[in-house]
Amino acid sequence: MLSFALILVVSLFFSGIVVRTKSLASGRKGPGIWQPMRDIWRSLRKGSVYSTTSSPVFRVAPSVYFASVLAAIAVVPLGSNAGLFSFPCDFVFFAYVLALGKFFCIIAALDTGSSFEGMGASREALFSMLAEPAFFILMGTLGLITGHTSFLQIFSDLHLGSTLSYALVSIACFLLLMICMIENSRMPVDDPKTHLELTMIHEVMILDNSGFDLGLILHATNLKFAMYGALIANLFIGNLEVSVAAPVFLGIQFVVAVVAGIIESFMARFRMSHNAQFILVLSSLALLMLFGVMLVNN
Amino acid sequence: MSFIGIYLLTLLAAIMLVTLLDSRGKGVVAVCGIVALSVISSVPAVNALMGQPLNQLFHGSFVTGPVQVAIDPLSAWFILVINFTMITSVLYGRRYMEAYHSRRSALSLHWVSFLLVHIGLIAVCAMRNSIAFLVAWELMALGSFLLVIFEGNKVTTIRSGINYLVQSHIGVALLTVAFVWVAAVTGTFDFSGIVQFATLQSPTACFGLMLLFFIGFAFKAGFVPFHTWLPHAHPAAPSHVSGMMSGVLIKIGIYGILRMIVLIGTNYLAVGYFILVISVVTGIYGVMLAIVQHNLKKLLAYHSVENIGIIGIGIGLGCIGMGYNCTPLAIVGFAGALLHVLNHSLFKSLLFYGAGNVYQATHTMDIEHFGGLIKRMPRTALLFLLGSLAICGLPPFNGFVSEFIIYSGLFSGINASFSNASILIFVFAMAGLALIGGLAIMCFTKAFGVVFLGEPRAKLHTEPAEFGFGRLLPMYMVGILIVVIGLFPQFFINAIVSVLGQMVGVSASAPILPASFGALSQIGWYMAWFILLVVAVYAVRSFFTRRLPESEGGTWGCGYVALTPKLQYTASSFVRTYRRLAKGILLINKQKTKVDGIFPSAASYSTEALDRVETDLIKSPLRMVRYLLGKFSFLQNGRLQNYILYGLLFVVLVLGLPFIVQAVRIFINYLNTL
Repeated sequence: MLSFALILVVSLFFSGIVVRTKSLASGRKGPGIWQPMRDIWRSLRKGSVYSTTSSPVFRVAPSVYFASVLAAIAVVPLGSNAGLFSFPCDFVFFAYVLALGKFFCIIAALDTGSSFEGMGASREALFSMLAEPAFFILMGTLGLITGHTSFLQIFSDLHLGSTLSYALVSIACFLLLMICMIENSRMPVDDPKTHLELTMIHEVMILDNSGFDLGLILHATNLKFAMYGALIANLFIGNLEVSVAAPVFLGIQFVVAVVAGIIESFMARFRMSHNAQFILVLSSLALLMLFGVMLVNN
Repeated sequence: MSFIGIYLLTLLAAIMLVTLLDSRGKGVVAVCGIVALSVISSVPAVNALMGQPLNQLFHGSFVTGPVQVAIDPLSAWFILVINFTMITSVLYGRRYMEAYHSRRSALSLHWVSFLLVHIGLIAVCAMRNSIAFLVAWELMALGSFLLVIFEGNKVTTIRSGINYLVQSHIGVALLTVAFVWVAAVTGTFDFSGIVQFATLQSPTACFGLMLLFFIGFAFKAGFVPFHTWLPHAHPAAPSHVSGMMSGVLIKIGIYGILRMIVLIGTNYLAVGYFILVISVVTGIYGVMLAIVQHNLKKLLAYHSVENIGIIGIGIGLGCIGMGYNCTPLAIVGFAGALLHVLNHSLFKSLLFYGAGNVYQATHTMDIEHFGGLIKRMPRTALLFLLGSLAICGLPPFNGFVSEFIIYSGLFSGINASFSNASILIFVFAMAGLALIGGLAIMCFTKAFGVVFLGEPRAKLHTEPAEFGFGRLLPMYMVGILIVVIGLFPQFFINAIVSVLGQMVGVSASAPILPASFGALSQIGWYMAWFILLVVAVYAVRSFFTRRLPESEGGTWGCGYVALTPKLQYTASSFVRTYRRLAKGILLINKQKTKVDGIFPSAASYSTEALDRVETDLIKSPLRMVRYLLGKFSFLQNGRLQNYILYGLLFVVLVLGLPFIVQAVRIFINYLNTL
């Protein structure tokens, strides 16, 4: 319950911090940290324009996408405090319910009959597919370390005992951060700044969405950021008391947002054709982590 | 009269009536016949699941020995799965075949074959005697061949049908060899002979026997590399037949494998690892090929290969659990496999029925010609979407439940860490399953998006329109079951408890379900909660947007206003990046004419995906054999004189053979005396 509420709170200013970091890094004055939320609020109160090509799928999809992200957040715990739900293999539910949202996003993009959105949909389908094995190998590895199969038990049992486990957790952090960037279609895989260019994935998929639906999609991105931030934070929280865990959680989320901002400021986007290789490298990193754990266990 | 007598009489009556009535009547009789046969065979099946297996012994002949007919929980589960899909298939097929009402004799043959395939499938599940089993197997194989070639006036159809017939019989040949081997060792054709074989022979011999059975059954089930008939036969067959074949006929191969695992019962580890690895390869290869298909039914056929892979992962997991004496793992593995057998039979038949509707509305199966069908066929589109979501294993539908069980098995397998090799193989399977899931999403967003969404890409000869309720009824039936399994998985798990008990060799009454299954009853609640969440978000959206202005316009073309349907992404362009990425594995035949010169002529671009396994393992060797034999074609020159000469030479050879042998023998003796 607590983690669900905290993630919702964090999602309100996560993008703001990223944007603020980027503006500071590039020496601009930049917008305030509430600006992304103000944009979303403005979208939510606007009317919508629907393409005559589109069908009811297009109108339902943003709601399904938003709900899928909320459902995924529901299984994310806060250290040893369960999320809304916790059950064995809940991360399978997590991954698949997110995939459901993505499915609807993709078919909504195809529903408009636009060539731009078709292109974005094609890329989104491909890249998120490639990131899937990395996440599962990572969770399998964490399961192997702790001997459990749910987010809650894995995270509450994950102790940073030895130096080697620091190394492993740092790989896990990197993996989750990169999966987060891929899932949210940010640098170095996708560049949300280059509007209406052929270089984008997610932004180009939602060209036709407007009004409330656009607001939902934009905020779903914020929620996803906060959700992956929460997973990263959980690597460190372990079984801390709630009074300590909550501030640590917020702190780590802040750091993750700043790091995301820094990555966005100082990295160039990869060539689209090289993205696939980069994402596959994540799977091999996850395998590296697995081998590390198998070495320790032996 | 016994249950079997009533069953056969019903069948006989149905077959007689089908041939006598007119086209309309044939359909009605087929429906009644299949429903009656299903009801009659479901009664003992349900009893068997409840713990009262049927067991009857017939005298048989002096060739076969006594023939045992038995329905134990394993058979019962497959019989129930078969019966449900058979009913929806015949309901759908009755309407589907109305388009061919003028071909009365062909329809007679079709419905008779359909009834025979049904009884063949049920008999395969019930026979416990090798020879009777093979007869039932042949009945099913030949019947389904006749079903496939309904449109036999088309060259591709008859060619696909013969391809299926040949490959199916290679499988039968292997099965025959295996059964004869057993009979040679034990002297009985009864299935109990296989159990004896396992106790008499060395583990290596048992593994060899299992391998023979596995490959024989794999031809039917469609494991890679024995799958190549599937993508030809499914598109050629009428849609209800494709749905039935993909839904239950290929599952009979899975039944055979499970049955042999129970009977042979040794070498669990080797068998388990073998099946697991071949299944992961099957799953990934199937879906990789499915993505690049442009024929909707061919795409679905490759997805059957993928799903057989997922079922196989469950079976492999179960065997490994047995091998390590880890009953919970074995139960989870087999449970996932058995449930996925049911689930796949549901969503795959639903998708094939949907494809059938699309085909009869548009008269094409080329995915690039579709677009915007959701506006003309909204209910078909909705049902196809449901099937697509379920086959991708997405919550809250049934595909998720079985994939979730298999995942949980893989994770508990990793955690149990039997050995380093087992961890690596489980991780390989898990990453494979995740990849399969991701690729399936890509495949079905393509299939659904390109067929039903956007604007029509080509001008069709007829304006597509939605079909009536009678046509959609079987699809609704399947759709409802898909949702129900998603919401109440516990009920279906309880239904297969006795099957699981049989698989792992524990009595059915014992509380055998591992603790991790406790989560499953909750999964249903989470699914329901998720559905409510979606509804809630949509309700909030509707509430807030009800006062807001809403307008319609063209799709935003980033400033370009002359948008035409031609600018849409096509199926080929949707998968282009993927195709380039996977070009090492795929075999694509690409044809293009470029836009060239000042006054360019018409440009074109088309891709056709070939199956590398088929090309390398079947077509190339065949071509080589044909080349080699072609060297001797001068012999067949049409001259009668030459043929008489051949005959003469043959006679001389036959008569002279003893003399030659004797001469050689004398020569050898002479050499020995030196």
